[in-house]
Amino acid sequence: MSEYAVSTKNLSVAYSDKPVIWKLNINVEKGSRTAIVGPNGAGKSTLIKAVMKLIKPVSGKSFIDGSTHKSALKQVAYVPQKGEVNWDFPATVFDVVLMGRYVHKGLFKRPDKKDKDIASAALETMKMTKYKNRQISELSGGQRQRVFLARAIAHDASIYIMDEPLQGIDITTEKLIISTMKKLQAEGKTFLVVHHNLNTVPDYFNRVIILNKEIIASGPVEEVWTKENINAAYYEKSDEPWTS
Amino acid sequence: MIEVFAVLLVTALASSLLGVFLVLKGQAMTTDAISHTILLGIVIAFFITNDLRSPLLIIGAAVIGLITVYLIELVTASGLMKQDAAIGIVFTALFAAAVILVSRYADNVHLDIDIVLMGQVLFAPLNRIELLGISLPYALVQLTIVFIINILFVLIFYKELKVTSFDPVYAAAAGISTTFIYYILMTLVSVTAVTAFDAVGSILVISFFVTPAITAYLVTKRLSHMIWLTLITAAFNSLLGCSFGYFTDISISGSVASVSLVTFLAVFFFNKNGWIRKTLKTRRMLRKI
Repeated sequence: MSEYAVSTKNLSVAYSDKPVIWKLNINVEKGSRTAIVGPNGAGKSTLIKAVMKLIKPVSGKSFIDGSTHKSALKQVAYVPQKGEVNWDFPATVFDVVLMGRYVHKGLFKRPDKKDKDIASAALETMKMTKYKNRQISELSGGQRQRVFLARAIAHDASIYIMDEPLQGIDITTEKLIISTMKKLQAEGKTFLVVHHNLNTVPDYFNRVIILNKEIIASGPVEEVWTKENINAAYYEKSDEPWTS
Repeated sequence: MIEVFAVLLVTALASSLLGVFLVLKGQAMTTDAISHTILLGIVIAFFITNDLRSPLLIIGAAVIGLITVYLIELVTASGLMKQDAAIGIVFTALFAAAVILVSRYADNVHLDIDIVLMGQVLFAPLNRIELLGISLPYALVQLTIVFIINILFVLIFYKELKVTSFDPVYAAAAGISTTFIYYILMTLVSVTAVTAFDAVGSILVISFFVTPAITAYLVTKRLSHMIWLTLITAAFNSLLGCSFGYFTDISISGSVASVSLVTFLAVFFFNKNGWIRKTLKTRRMLRKI
């Protein structure tokens, strides 16, 4: 056990010779709703993928609940960006949510009644029960995001890592996702969310990491969510290096 | 005749079962590549053993099949070209090497490129084996074993196959190794292809891998339904193609592959969300505007 749900130590990732994130040290408090914000190309998704061990860092380490081991990832429910899966796949909404239970099943074991009940409850939480048997290709953007979140809930993880879950969805779904997030946080879950709408950061999150290849600021929203820090991330480090 | 059909049927079922996952993973063309490059494995193994029925030939084919997949991944991972181009390079290079070896060193051996490509399923019953006192076509026994292995693979790794085909990133995050599953799948594809292609030829093998699965893909909304419908389509195509080829006295492999295309087109145009209905709907809507 560690006091942080997710942390990194000197984590750097590069694509060929271009560093994307540089010597990041982050600490995500347990039970927090932490946003990662930063301009395009700041390395937000890269940071998350490195934490999920989906890409290899060039240096440094990342920890899930104090452990660098791959098995620690089982405590994490990962919600990828909507575009990353094949939506024409022959599967119903319920099938996809049930996949959230696979992580708890070894080889040979199929999801049982209990798993199905958990998946049904997760669908209910995301108000998707009536779409249960619909094929996933027939869903709208917002409904797809709800299915992803329901799958994460079915996973029953302690840490939720989400990559831009609010991008391109309707306002009803956005409100539902945020209220669900707050409810789960009250139960002790941790959220680490890549977020792009700067206006809603103080309403939706209690901690924030402002990123632009390096950490610009990190901490409780009321302390670090200042004009100076936001400007430092979004403007001063832009295309004109001589101004900085 | 019954035996010829039995060989076709088992080949169709064994290949199309794996084909479901190849189509879902978008790897149909990789199968095409493997079905050709394994010839190199067969040739090399043949040079070592000098026996066309040695099990080493299957191992050689499987190894080259895996090397093919690995090389394609390697070239794609370089980021310099897309997967289709990578397949084009790797496939042709390895296949050409096999053709050179055959034509230079195995000219007077029964390793005929025509047979490899087109197959001659009518001859399959000539090669026989005694099993529990019953004389059976060698190909039938071999392919039945492969079919059983493929069924076991799908049963054991059903949920892993499902999640890695749908959402590999989530699967990796959930601790399910997409690479591991992918390489087992491709090993089985190579083994299936090499056992099948002596009997039916590599063109029909590719058709079996791809066509029944995409036909079923058009009309199903659950993976389990897609698998069943794929197997039914494969059996139907073999039966119809085999009869048609037999009674019109044309190449049976060619006939089955052509029938498979016809079945696919029929489903493509006439299913309830097919091309014809969609086009009519669009027309009707345009008239309203």
